[in-house]
Amino acid sequence: MLNYDIVVVGGGPAGMAAAVKAKECGVDSILVLERAETLGGILEQCIHTGFGLHYFGEELSGPEYADRFIQQITEKNIEYKTDTMVLEVTADNKVYAVNSTDGLLEIQAKAVILAMGCRERPRGALNTPGTRCAGVMTAGTAQKYVNIDGYMPGKKVVILGSGDIGLIMARRMTLEGAEVKLVCELMPYSSGLTRNIVQCLDDYGIPLELSCTVIRIHGNERLEGVTVAKVDENRRPIKGTERFIECDTLLLSVGLIPENELTREAGIELDPVTSGAVVDESRQTTQPGVFACGNVLHVHDLVDYVTLESYSAGEGAAKYVLGTAPEKRYITTKGVGGVRYIVPQKVNLNAGEDVKLYFRVGRVYKGASVVVKYNGYEIMRRKKPRLAPGEMENVILKESELAKFAEGGLVEISVEE
Amino acid sequence: MIYDVAVIGAGVIGSMISMELSHYNLSSVLIERFNDVAMGTTKANSAIVHAGFDAMPGTLKAKFNVEGTKLMPGICKTLHVPFKQCGSVVVAFYEEQLKTLQTLYDRGIKNGVPDMEIIGRDKLRELEPHINEIAKGALYAKTAGVVCPYQLAIASAENAVLNGTKVELNYQVEKIDYDENSKIFSICSGDRKIEAKYVINCAGIHSGKVASLIGDNSIEIIFRKGEYMLLDKNQGHLANTVIFQCPSEMGKGILVTKTVDGNVITGPSSIDIGSVDEDLSTNSDVLDSVVEAARLSVPEINTRNVITSFAGLRAHSPTNDFIIGESDVNPSFINVAGIESPGLSAAPAIGVYVKDLIVKKLGVSMKEGYELSRKAPVRFNELTNEQKKELIEKDKRYGRIICRCETVTEGEILDAIHSPIPATDVDGVKRRTRAGMGRCQGGFCGSKVVELLAREHGLKLDDITKFGGNSKLLVGKTK
Ligand SMILES: Cc1cc2nc3c(=O)[nH]c(=O)nc-3n(C[C@H](O)[C@H](O)[C@H](O)COP(=O)(O)OP(=O)(O)OC[C@H]3O[C@@H](n4cnc5c(N)ncnc54)[C@H](O)[C@@H]3O)c2cc1C
Ligand SMILES: Cc1cc2nc3c(=O)[nH]c(=O)nc-3n(C[C@H](O)[C@H](O)[C@H](O)COP(=O)(O)OP(=O)(O)OC[C@H]3O[C@@H](n4cnc5c(N)ncnc54)[C@H](O)[C@@H]3O)c2cc1C
Repeated sequence: MLNYDIVVVGGGPAGMAAAVKAKECGVDSILVLERAETLGGILEQCIHTGFGLHYFGEELSGPEYADRFIQQITEKNIEYKTDTMVLEVTADNKVYAVNSTDGLLEIQAKAVILAMGCRERPRGALNTPGTRCAGVMTAGTAQKYVNIDGYMPGKKVVILGSGDIGLIMARRMTLEGAEVKLVCELMPYSSGLTRNIVQCLDDYGIPLELSCTVIRIHGNERLEGVTVAKVDENRRPIKGTERFIECDTLLLSVGLIPENELTREAGIELDPVTSGAVVDESRQTTQPGVFACGNVLHVHDLVDYVTLESYSAGEGAAKYVLGTAPEKRYITTKGVGGVRYIVPQKVNLNAGEDVKLYFRVGRVYKGASVVVKYNGYEIMRRKKPRLAPGEMENVILKESELAKFAEGGLVEISVEE
Repeated sequence: MIYDVAVIGAGVIGSMISMELSHYNLSSVLIERFNDVAMGTTKANSAIVHAGFDAMPGTLKAKFNVEGTKLMPGICKTLHVPFKQCGSVVVAFYEEQLKTLQTLYDRGIKNGVPDMEIIGRDKLRELEPHINEIAKGALYAKTAGVVCPYQLAIASAENAVLNGTKVELNYQVEKIDYDENSKIFSICSGDRKIEAKYVINCAGIHSGKVASLIGDNSIEIIFRKGEYMLLDKNQGHLANTVIFQCPSEMGKGILVTKTVDGNVITGPSSIDIGSVDEDLSTNSDVLDSVVEAARLSVPEINTRNVITSFAGLRAHSPTNDFIIGESDVNPSFINVAGIESPGLSAAPAIGVYVKDLIVKKLGVSMKEGYELSRKAPVRFNELTNEQKKELIEKDKRYGRIICRCETVTEGEILDAIHSPIPATDVDGVKRRTRAGMGRCQGGFCGSKVVELLAREHGLKLDDITKFGGNSKLLVGKTK
């Protein structure tokens, strides 16, 4: 049995930033466990630029952004093990992991930071009818084949879903000589960042069709084509709008699911909307000493926010270990009227600092107001030119404001048109 | 070489027969058109070992089902095939269905089914806490279970190989000639030829076509399609036994059960699609109706938790029974046709029966010291921590996890690639190890499995297929 103050599960941007912060806060005994061959997480396959604009004020590629943190991990002598898969986190913060050099590792931690990222929704989850031929894969899998292995998954491509990975891959496949025939999106708006729609589709003349979906997959061995159709307000295909598109590849970019198997098995409470853990502002979950940050907590569009969130988790875990965490007096937060979720779901009134509430809306709004209420009383109202599900928003609860709240109170955020 | 016996079709039936034959002093070949065993109906069905009360007394279905189900626990244990005797319930949701339970019970008694009991709603709810509240009672059959059907076929075919059976894959039988003088069959595919004294036709939905190759046009097979949905393992609590509804003319109806691997499965639909087009596609209206029906049994079933859907084709014979025995055209040609449900349950018994038939004809004796089993596959996921430690110490490749959802290690995948019937494609690895069968459906491990297949078989990444033929995953190098 090994002993560490903090074990970090996952060595992506979230896990690395959390580890770095915890070290800065005075905890020395930290171990980062990563199942891939290298640190860096999903960023390692994102060779496009567009990372770090908010945090570093520069446009970096994914690996460049990751490298900045890998360097800090090395400089700060933070221990890590790659090629190491965490199998279990127990109710008393024991971590079981496995790799081929140490075999089965049993580690007693004082605090655990969950930073496992997320995975892409597979075809099965969509239940798209048709055959089960080769040539249907998630956009992220295609990204790995192209960027890491140097192989093309196909030549004539349809992309279902306009999430960022799909948009990025539309451009990537085009640059590699494939023909991207269509990006179709079930919703009446794209879930991707506006800048990606412009830079990845518009600049290459790739059509994006909204309120449209793939209703059938054709082909016995390799994909031969898909049938697409327009959908109505209830996302049901409209009869008579079906058309066949010949293609050998269907890439799916239909959402990401936080990778919370370890969390669930540990018995930690999950938020049904985010599919991530329920946390407070220090990103502590319902299991004392277990923290979560990054895409495992809720899906982020920008890695910059992942970094900031992970600093909170790293600091929270450090305080927990050092015994300097403030006493808990919680209020809860709740998204209503157009706001799908808020993270954190709980705020400690003794936090001793301003607290940022991150949230997402359920559809596109133009010129609407974000309204914050405390126990039903309006305490803040902000007019927004545009709100969209693809872009995470936030409001700040000032420390001075928190001082006025009472334990057990409720902060609600809503959108008013 | 002239084989004593050629078995056509490497589904669970052909594989079981081959295994039984391989324990005797004879030479045999198992012929399959696909690039792996268990690629037909055997890989897509409900995977239930039925207790045996469905079929009418006196039918082959009834006889072989009851006998097969009796043999199943022992065979699975010997061959290291996942099997769980979880029992089944046929549920009466309405007052008038209670009669049906009695009818089924009585039929079961006639068929020789042991350990059945009609239970009331309380006992039923105890067994199945998530069953619809309106349920009135059920026929509980303790001998029913769930098995991994493709593992059963793979394991028995592997055992056959270990005992000297030759397996010929990628061999689509197109022509069969019979020489009356030498009494030898020539079984041809393109310009290839296999010669044998006896032929056993286990070609599943194509058994009618294969019989007609010797001029036996007596067998009509209709493809009766069944579609399924598979739910995440985290829904496993929804069913403990196999939950059936009362049967109607359309068959046994929609069932809900936990698979032997712990997922929840619901289906199958039942639609006749002719006898030409091997259409394995799924359809949204059909799947919608499956869910609706499934919710009568377990209202909590939610399509949000579906991880995949698939379809299988039943080899339905209008005679409504299995067709097993010598062809009228040639007594050295044995038909094992129309093996629809409960064919999987019956497979062990059919294997023994057909073996006896052949052994008698050839007059051969049992091999001394034949292999009873196969190498037990490592299932890392199921080991205790101590066993995991020990295993990785011995071979560090078991310390490298490739499939995160099902916790499958590199060592297990290499074992599958180097097994007696080697996995050559991604689905072959999947059926043998479960890599790619979990909730992310290979999103994470797919490319790693491709790398391992390429490396071990000395191929390039873009040579690797999903399931043989033209099912290539990659189309060449990037620029
Ligand atoms: C294709 C794509 C394009 C993107 N484009 C942009 C962009 O242009 N700009 C931008 O700012 N952001 C972009 N993002 C978002 C950004 O990459 C993510 O927000 C960020 O990587 C999330 O960090 P994370 O550490 O939470 O997750 P990840 O990067 O996914 O890291 C999680 C790590 O945990 C490891 N792990 C998981 N489970 C275990 C376990 N049981 N044991 C051990 N290790 C485990 C994983 O291997 C992984 O390395 C993009 C994301 C993707 C996928
Ligand atoms: C929807 C559905 C649900 C079912 N549920 C159950 C159940 O719960 N319990 C149960 O006991 N049974 C069940 N069954 C029945 C069971 O699956 C079958 O009885 C069993 O799998 C049949 O095995 P087989 O070997 O005869 O056929 P297959 O597995 O189809 O094998 C036949 C093989 O022959 C090969 N072949 C065909 N033609 C040629 C040729 N010309 N040359 C070379 N090879 C050829 C095929 O490629 C195939 O691999 C179900 C079936 C279906 C479709």
